[in-house]
Formats: sequence, structure tokens, C-alpha cells
Amino acid sequence: MSTQATVHQTKWWSGGKSPFNLEYGKLMMWYFLMSDAFTFGAFLISYGSIRFSQNYWPNPNVVFDSAPGIHGGAPLFFVSIMTFILIVSSVTMVLAVHEGHKGNRQGVIKWLAWTIVGGLAFLSCQAWEWHHLITGEHAVLVNGQVELWGQNMSHNPWGPVVEGVTYHGHHVTTPGPVAFGGYFFGITGFHGFHVFSGVIINIIMLVMAQKGVFDRRGHYLMIEKAGLYWHFVDLVWVFVFLCFYLI
Amino acid sequence: MSDAMSVHPEVVTTHDVHHDEHHVHHHKETFITKYVFSQDHKTIGKQFLITGIIWAIIGGLFSVLFRLQLGYPDQHFQILETVFGKWAEGGQIKPEFYYALVTMHGTVLVFFVLTAGLSGTFANILIPLQLGARDMASPFLNMLSYWFFFLASVIMLSSLFISTGPAASGWTVYPPLSALGQASEGSKLGMDMWLVSMAMFIVSSLLGGLNYISTILNMRTKGMSMTRMPLTIWAMFFTAVLGVLSFPVLLSGAILLLFDRNLGTSFYLSDIVVNGQILPNEGGSAILFQHLFWFLGHPEVYIILLPAMGMVSEILSVNSRKPIFGYMAMLGSLFAICILAFLVWAHHMFVTGLNPLLGSIFVLLTLLIAVPSAIKVFNWLTTLWRGNIRFTPATLFAIGFVSLFISGGLTGIFLGNSTIDIHLHDTMFVVAHFHIVMGVASFFGMLAGVYHWFPKMFGRYLNSTLGYIHFWVTIIGAYLIFWPMHYQGLAGMPRRYLDKSSWVSFTQFGELDKMITVVSIIVFAVQLMFVFNFFYSIFKGRKVTTQNPWGANTLEWTTPIRPGHGNWEGEIPEVHRWPYDYGKDGREFIPQTEPIGENESKH
Ligand code: HEM
Ligand SMILES: [Cu+2]
Repeated sequence: MSTQATVHQTKWWSGGKSPFNLEYGKLMMWYFLMSDAFTFGAFLISYGSIRFSQNYWPNPNVVFDSAPGIHGGAPLFFVSIMTFILIVSSVTMVLAVHEGHKGNRQGVIKWLAWTIVGGLAFLSCQAWEWHHLITGEHAVLVNGQVELWGQNMSHNPWGPVVEGVTYHGHHVTTPGPVAFGGYFFGITGFHGFHVFSGVIINIIMLVMAQKGVFDRRGHYLMIEKAGLYWHFVDLVWVFVFLCFYLI
Repeated sequence: MSDAMSVHPEVVTTHDVHHDEHHVHHHKETFITKYVFSQDHKTIGKQFLITGIIWAIIGGLFSVLFRLQLGYPDQHFQILETVFGKWAEGGQIKPEFYYALVTMHGTVLVFFVLTAGLSGTFANILIPLQLGARDMASPFLNMLSYWFFFLASVIMLSSLFISTGPAASGWTVYPPLSALGQASEGSKLGMDMWLVSMAMFIVSSLLGGLNYISTILNMRTKGMSMTRMPLTIWAMFFTAVLGVLSFPVLLSGAILLLFDRNLGTSFYLSDIVVNGQILPNEGGSAILFQHLFWFLGHPEVYIILLPAMGMVSEILSVNSRKPIFGYMAMLGSLFAICILAFLVWAHHMFVTGLNPLLGSIFVLLTLLIAVPSAIKVFNWLTTLWRGNIRFTPATLFAIGFVSLFISGGLTGIFLGNSTIDIHLHDTMFVVAHFHIVMGVASFFGMLAGVYHWFPKMFGRYLNSTLGYIHFWVTIIGAYLIFWPMHYQGLAGMPRRYLDKSSWVSFTQFGELDKMITVVSIIVFAVQLMFVFNFFYSIFKGRKVTTQNPWGANTLEWTTPIRPGHGNWEGEIPEVHRWPYDYGKDGREFIPQTEPIGENESKH
């Protein structure tokens, strides 16, 4: 038995079969994810290089301190919920894949549906956060005048606080680094786009599962590939979270 | 134990399924599914090749037309006004438009011809045929890869016809020039189209690359272990890996540039005054773009070169009737080049104010590339050494490739030393370097491939007499055009300038520039002759009558003369040996499909 096994093992690379015992689609997905990791890597490294070339960078605990119904005073509370939602959706995806291994169509449908709900919830949270940042008004001292600014691509209201000046009881700041908005919206937007496409993929998988396509094929490999993508998108979020909210 | 060993049912290469499909297809195949939206890798390869040829004519024509002006700066050419209209009023190219022309020339040849036209063609045609596969891993994504390239082509081509003209900030599209529409006409709509077109191009290259990688890893026929693959396939494999890992970084860079242009961000912009107007952007870095660009840009030059290297290895071995010298060394060098390609990008940025310590590290890594390059050159030469060489046009182009690679590689060593590069950067020396080592050399590899595999592609031969004329005029012409540019560069003549007459010291090059222009017209004409030969031979060329016209060992020559979709009629052949058993045990060649004989000597 053991000799037979070793003979087998040495032949993995000798042609006629996949050396990794993987179907080609999964192999493609792995390479695609590596490629995509380079896209995000390029964004995040650019962000890092610009951020650390500035004299001043806004404090995330001040920028991200609100949630629906809470006006300030809750640093990173909302984004923690978002992160939690996304991680839970990864768990439900694992369960969907697991049910797929067992060939249990109903189980797959159930967990896939929860994953989609998680993805949509995350996207809604992100929409709220963007909206809050863009439309929020902050007193900024520009050329000796106080102006009310939101956070957008070309304006940043989170500069250093001007000592001894208040405006309707709020403190007043100087303009902050413009790069903040560009990178924040650019990178979280690109990530959100990935979540969005992941949701679309999952919806397609759901419909296909419902129609029994995978049962007819005899395997749920497509769900596994969608799962790989979904986990990757979650993993990227961990880095985005780290770079924008924690550091 | 046995569980871990079990093979997924869908993992075993599904040759036979495909084969059945092929028969089914045969009956209901229409013109559209067979020639337009084809999923047959051979047809897709030909689509890439023909699109590449069309682009090469356009890109080449641009260079001939601006060369006309460079050679004769104060003359008026009616043809320029006829072709370019208001951009060459009175028959003289306007300076801004000259910049648009070099940009388009570079973009088209680097990306559309030598990347898509070269990898797209030969990876598609050769990977399944030489590996013993019915088709690519995913024929559908493979087809999409071509159509994304087509879309990219349509967008880039349309940008030539808009009123503000195409992108005009060099093929490297450095900001701030490329980011600011108010800075030049070519930075208006044309630049957006350039970026969108490149995004489509990146999608195309990604779809293609993923397919090539998974086909090579998963779809090899029985017995085709990795080290029995022809070097062509290894080269395509590394090319695809380079592309999959470096193009996404350009995508990031391009997206940020699009934002800077259209959304008011400041990724690359800071403290800028245009036409007396102070821009609000601050905090960005133009150098950042250069890093992102060259992280792709340097691997890109090897994406262009490696397929040519692979094909040259194969063609030289077949036609000198000798095994390739140092197969494992060739493979190791390809691998080393692939790794180093990711670690040298800043040698394009020595004069940006790079920290000299960092610069010296990049000098070291850059010069290290000379080692695997030299190993490869040595192996090609020793493969030829005392061979029984058949001088077909393909062989000549392959030898020409080696010659050009040596010449251009040597000038790379000049440039790789940062101290010398301070003098040479942005001069004609760089233009000479990369045209010889990348442009012309890869073109030679590609042409060698076309001459060699044309019989497999179309079941007919290209005309050899025209082939010989093509080779000799092109190689002599290429050296006459690009060699003198080294001297211009050493004398300090800058690149990308239309009119250098304000420098008295460059007037000595006036006659030289005229000579270069005349030769480039001749060389271009000869390429048109090749295009004629190509299309004429598809329909009227001498017919191939034997399955294996070159007496080669690789699997593509075990298919029918005109293989259908699915490549082999019956079973896919099994492989028993490496592809380079030429002149062994008194036999001229031993195909890969032949089992090892009992008393056979080792190679
Ligand atoms: C020993 C090998 C090589 C070395 C040391 C080398 C070094 C360099 C350096 C330092 C530059 C930058 C020059 C400057 O802008 O000041 C350069 C430019 C360039 N090289 Fe090489 N090179 C080598 C081989 C190659 C090969 C094999 C290719 C392509 C297949 C290539 C393609 C290019 C291109 C396209 C550029 C110019 C890009 C531009 O500025 O438009 N080089 N090379
Ligand atoms: Cu380089």
C-alpha cells in the first residue's frame, strides 16, 4: 500500500492531471486573487507613502466617531459593527460551502442568502458613512473666515484645532490634508465595489442553486469559488480597516 | 491515506468530453461561431495576430511620418497635411502633435503589438498544441480576452479621431502633464480614452494570463511533466505570471490618475501653476505615479521579451538539429529574470531624486539581470555551435534576435549604472537601447515564430524568397537606424524633441538624421512586403503536404495538417521524453511521443 502511494505521489506533476488536485477554475481564482491583491497592495502602499510624507494626519478617532443616531463621542463604534457584519458573512459563506460539500441544496440556499444579507448590510453601512462624512459640516478657518466644510475629495476639515477659537460652541480647525479624502473614498470605494460584485456573484449562485444547476452537475464547486472570492474581499477589508481606522 | 490521494473527478483533464463537443460543433458551426466569436484557441490566436499586424502598420506608419519631420526639420511635406490635417498644417507637424504621435507609437507597439499581438498569438496557438490539450482551460474566457482587447483597440483607435487628438504625454503618461487637461490638448479627452482603453487592455491580459497559467499547470497530456515542456511553454508561463502580478499595479495607478483628472483629487498633484493659474491641488506626488507605472513597466518589457526568447530557443534547436544547450539553465534563467524583473523598476527613476543608497541597491539588482541574460545568450550560441543549421527565414530571424539581444543588453549595462545614467537619461541613447533590445529583438522573435508556425496555422508556407529579403533588409536597416542613435545620445541629444535646431552642437547630426529617416522608410516598406506575403500565402501559398515539415519533436506536429477544433482526431498522444532529442543515437530527431528505447543513451 505504502509503496503504491509513493508511486502515486511522484506522478502528480507528470501530466494528465492537475498537480494540485484542483479543478482549473479554482486555480484561476487563486491567481486572480493574487492579482487583485497586487491592485489593493498598490493602493495601500501609495496611501502609506503619501500619508507618512505629510506633517499632519487626521486622527481616525475624531473623524469616525458617529453612528446613525449618535452624533460624535463614539469613536470607531460604527466601523466595528461594519467589520463584525462582514466577518459574520464570511462565516455564513463557510457554512454554505460546507453544505455544498454535503450536496445539501436547501442548506446552501439558506447560508448563501444570509451571506447576501450580510453583504448588503455592509454596503448600506458604508453608504451611510460616506453620506455622513460628505454632508457633515465642520467649522474650518480659511483665510481668516470660518467656512463650513464636509469631507470630500478636495476638502478636508480635520486639520489641527485652532486654539481659543470657537464657532457656535464647536471648536474650529484649519484645513487638513486633501489626500485623506481621495484615498479614503478611493480605497473604501474600490473595496465596496468588490463587495458589491461579490453580492452579485452570490445572487447568481443562489439562483443557480435554486434551479438545481449544481445538483445536476453533481458538485457545488462554483460555490467554493465564490467563497474564495468572498473571503478575499473580507481579508482585504481587514487591511483597509487597519490602515484607515486603527493606525 | 487513499482519501488524500483521490483525484477529483472533474480534475482529470477532460479531453474526451471536449472531443465529443468538437464533433457536435462540427455540424452547427456557422461563420460567426467559427471565425468571429470563436472559442477555438487557434482561431483566437490568429485573431490576435491579425489585429496585431493591423496595429503594427498603424504604429509603424506613425514613426515613419514623424521620422520624416525629424530628418528634414525645415521641409514641408504635403503627405503630412494629407494624413494629419490641421495637426500638420502646411506640411509640418506641430510640436504638440509630435508628442501625441510618439505617445501613440509607443503605446501601440508596446502594448497592442508586442504584448497582445505577440503573447496573445503564440500563447494561444502553442500552449494547447505543444502541451497536448484540446483547448485552453476556459475557451470562453479566452474568447473574452480577445474581445476585451478588441474593445481596447476600438477605444484607442477612436481617440485618434477626436478634435483634441489622442493622448500626448508619452507612453509612460507621467503626470502632471497627463493629469491636467488645461496643460495640453493631448491631456483632454484623448487621455481619458487612453486610460479607459488601457483598463480594458488589462482585463484582456488578465483573462488571457489566468487561462495560460491554469492550462499549463492543469491540462498537460500524460507524460508531459513540467521539465518535458518545450521552452516556449515555460516562457509563456513566466510571461503570464509577470502579467498577472504587474498589470494590476498599473490599473491602480491608472484609476488614481483618472480620479485626479476628473474628480479633483490630488494623488499626483501638488503646488502647480498652469498658464499663470495656481491650482488648488496639494499633497500629492508625481513620483508616486512613476513608481506605480514602472512596477508594471519594467516587468512589461520582459512580458514582451520572454515569449520571443522561448520561441527562439525552440526554433534554434529544431533548425540546428541539435538539442537545446542547457535546458535547465535556460529554465533557471527564465525564472531568475522573472523574479528580478520585479525588483529593478527604479532604474527608470535614477534622476528623480531617488535616495542614492536606494539607487545603488537598484543598480546592483539591475546589473544582476545581466547574469541570466548572458547564460541564455551563451546557450543559444552553443546550441548553434557546430550544428547542422538549416537557414530558413525563421532561423535567420532567430539568430537576428540573439544578435540584437546582445547589442541591446550591453547598452543596458551602461544605463544600469546610475552615475552614467545621469548623463544618458532621457537622451536618444535610451531610445536606441530599448528599440534594439526590446522593440526590434522581440519583433524578430515574433517574426521567427510566424515563419516557423505559419504552416501549422494556415496549412501553407510563407514565401521564403520574400522571407530572406525581409530578414536582410530588416536587420541591416534596424542597425543602421538605431546604432547611430547611441552616438546622438552620448552627445546629449534629448529624446522626444521635435526640433533640435536651436542646439548648435547637434547640427553635426543633420545628415545622420536624414540617413536614419531614409532607412526607416525602406524598412517600413519591407514590412509591408511581409504583410503582403502573409495574406497572399494564407490563400495562395505553397501547400504543406507532410504532417511534420520541419522534422520537429514537439506535439503540435502530430496533429493533422489543418487541425480542427479539438486538435487531435483520436486520442491525445502520450509523451515519453523531453522535446529536444535531435541528432541522438544517429537519428536526426525523435518525437516526444516515441517511447524511450531499450538501449537508448541518456541525453
Ligand atoms: C542587462 C540588461 C538590461 C539593463 C541593465 C537595462 C537597463 C535599463 C535602464 C537603466 C534603463 C533606464 C534608462 C533611462 O531612462 O535613463 C532602461 C530603459 C529601458 N529598457 Fe532596459 N535594460 C536591460 C535590458 C532590457 C531589456 C531586455 C528590455 C526589453 C525587453 C529593456 C527595455 C527597456 C525599455 C523599454 C526602456 C525605456 C523605457 C522608457 O523610458 O521609455 N531593457 N534599461
Ligand atoms: Cu527597466
